Amino acid sequence: MKHLLGVEELSREEMDRVLERAQSFAEVGRRDIKKVPTLRGRTIVNLFYEASTRTLSSFELAAKRLSADVVSVKSAGSSVDKGESLKDTVATLSAYDPAAIVIRSPHAGAAGLVARWTEASVINAGDGKHEHPTQALLDVFTLRQRLDSLDGANIWIVGDVMHSRVARSCLLAFQKMGAKVTLCGPPTLIPRGIEALGCAVSYDLDALGEADVVYALRMQRERMSESFVPSLREYASRYQIDSRRLGPRQLLMHPGPVNRGVELSPEVIDSPQSLITAQVESGLVVRMAILYELLTGSDRARPERGPAPADTPTIGQPA
Amino acid sequence: MNVAANGSDRGAEAPRLISRPGLGANLIVRGARLLDPRTGLDQVRDLVVRDGEIAEIAEPGGAPEVEGAEVVEGEGLLALPAFVDPHVHLRVPGQEHKEDLETGTRSAASGGYCAVIAMANTSPPIDSAAVLGSVRDRAEREASIPVGFVANVTRGMAGQELTEMADLRDAGAIAFSDDGLPIANARVLRRALQYQRLAGGVIALHEEDPDLSAGGVMHEGEVSAALGMAGVPAVSESTMIARNCSLALYEGARIHVQHLSARVSVEEIARAKAAGVQVTCEATPHHLTLTDEAVRSLDARFKMNPPLRTEDDRQTLIEGLRDGTIDCVATDHAPHASEEKEVPFEEAAWGVTGLETAFAALYTDLVLPGVLPLELLVERMTCGGEPFGIEAPRLEAGVTANVTLIDPELTWTVGEDGYESRSYNNCFGGRELTGRVLMTVADGRVAFRQRSFALGVAS
Repeated sequence: MKHLLGVEELSREEMDRVLERAQSFAEVGRRDIKKVPTLRGRTIVNLFYEASTRTLSSFELAAKRLSADVVSVKSAGSSVDKGESLKDTVATLSAYDPAAIVIRSPHAGAAGLVARWTEASVINAGDGKHEHPTQALLDVFTLRQRLDSLDGANIWIVGDVMHSRVARSCLLAFQKMGAKVTLCGPPTLIPRGIEALGCAVSYDLDALGEADVVYALRMQRERMSESFVPSLREYASRYQIDSRRLGPRQLLMHPGPVNRGVELSPEVIDSPQSLITAQVESGLVVRMAILYELLTGSDRARPERGPAPADTPTIGQPA
Repeated sequence: MNVAANGSDRGAEAPRLISRPGLGANLIVRGARLLDPRTGLDQVRDLVVRDGEIAEIAEPGGAPEVEGAEVVEGEGLLALPAFVDPHVHLRVPGQEHKEDLETGTRSAASGGYCAVIAMANTSPPIDSAAVLGSVRDRAEREASIPVGFVANVTRGMAGQELTEMADLRDAGAIAFSDDGLPIANARVLRRALQYQRLAGGVIALHEEDPDLSAGGVMHEGEVSAALGMAGVPAVSESTMIARNCSLALYEGARIHVQHLSARVSVEEIARAKAAGVQVTCEATPHHLTLTDEAVRSLDARFKMNPPLRTEDDRQTLIEGLRDGTIDCVATDHAPHASEEKEVPFEEAAWGVTGLETAFAALYTDLVLPGVLPLELLVERMTCGGEPFGIEAPRLEAGVTANVTLIDPELTWTVGEDGYESRSYNNCFGGRELTGRVLMTVADGRVAFRQRSFALGVAS
């Protein structure tokens, strides 16, 4: 593995390898000294074009735990705001010879483009509404702590599927691990044609009882102004996961940040079924494992900087 | 060009097609396969062009000597009436970093075209006689093949007030269109259709309901669902076609529907034609050969409006082209600078270039596999001017030469030698296509010649 661009490109074996590695980092994390020297002297660039708290902080911390040097470039206050193109920004950052570029972008396919323009390994930390593969991997990791296997598990993903990259990556990852996935939400927020991905679709929670895992998505307020749902009140009355709907043996997940009282009722967030805090913990070790696999993986000797590849970026010139 | 005089709705007017003046060609093509679906010609013959006119179509070896004429060995080559494209963007005025009249017409000639119709969504748009006059002046200096300029239907393409359509027509506008944008307001379009009785000129329509397509960047369907990108539903096109065909029927007006992309749109056109609406329409090479599966690559070269749709839509377009529901092929050649395309898909500019690959793409994907006969493709690629009053070129003695010479067996990789266009956002870039234009004679003049294509001169 050179890049992690999406769950779509991942095999089950590659996912298993990352998850096993994450397990060993989880053990390191219980020691007093949590840092390992694996990536000493290597540079990791976090390039974030969207606000992010947990993904960015967990990538920063993961890199530091592996002893890498980290630079985080955020959209505000950088040349990105001065109108520099993604291609030119990547060319500039690539001049520091980073081992990896972690990118979050509001646009689908941005990580794939960056991978064409740099020699560094590229990790997709969210591209538009397309994919968020590190989230999906940490969710699978979290579930594996509680369920021995996802094979045959019944997982419901509930909420604004249309605008959720987490929904897409989790759907693919859960399916690859053998789970059966149902997408549930208002008809206006379930994209036309999504059944082609092999999932079931439901517009109500009537059959939620069959789920082993309930994965709630964040419901954003701006969806009201776009008439996707008439009101948050009606949305909550139909789709909110509360203690009445969530059974005692069902597990509850959410990618955060939670809108308390919208997609989740306050009491289920802190319920014993909730894995929400465990997900955040998993985020750190899974991202360490991803950095480790991409940057030290046995199938990838680190190339010396030789002649530039054909697709190397050249500012101002067509590639 | 002989076609220039045609298509006038009224008497003394400015010619509709403009190009750089030049000397008529003297040319003998020996032993090529001459194919003209209109005259039924399909034989190996010698083609003699004298002073820009087709002087004679002779038995092989029977061409007379013409002093100083170029002699082209045509064995194994196809000589076709050159193509007419009813829909290109030449980006003049204002966006010359994408294309200009010289590069755009050279690009067209290199694709076998002898005339193109340029859209008016320029910067500023062509919504006044002054702007129209300025681009026509430039065409007279820079265009290597005849260009017809469309003027806007509404001022500033804002969709609110009509342009001075009658004056624009007198100043040489070949037709009217706000292409690039739909005319969302039915009342405004209705006024334009009524005013057509005074001004003349077909009204060419970009059909899209902006409320239904808002935010969309690709076809709405399984692929957009998988990629998480907002979709443009097929019905955003077909509902506007249905509305506008009803208006055209009510007002007795002539409309030309641009770039059909979907099954439901073809069905609307078929219904409208059966009901007697004066409507013609076009489809592009990319909609006839590609589907939204190509967008899975997230390569912005596959971003255009209307978007690539499903295989079912593509098959319906092919069927429509075959049975005549779709009248002609149009490239919607839409050049963009690299920095507008080398960005994430959702941010990229809409449109692809197409003049240089239209024939080769359709020949490779539709003719060679036996989906469409070559004669039908040639017919649909040459008749694009007819809705605009431009007769299709013919291969017969006595007419101005509009001929393209094609090697139907030459396989080439698109883009490997660069492009004649200033831009290279071609959706076939990197693909191997069969069929290459070697030479184009437009309006009697040699407008393009493949550099490696050797010519002899008769002694």
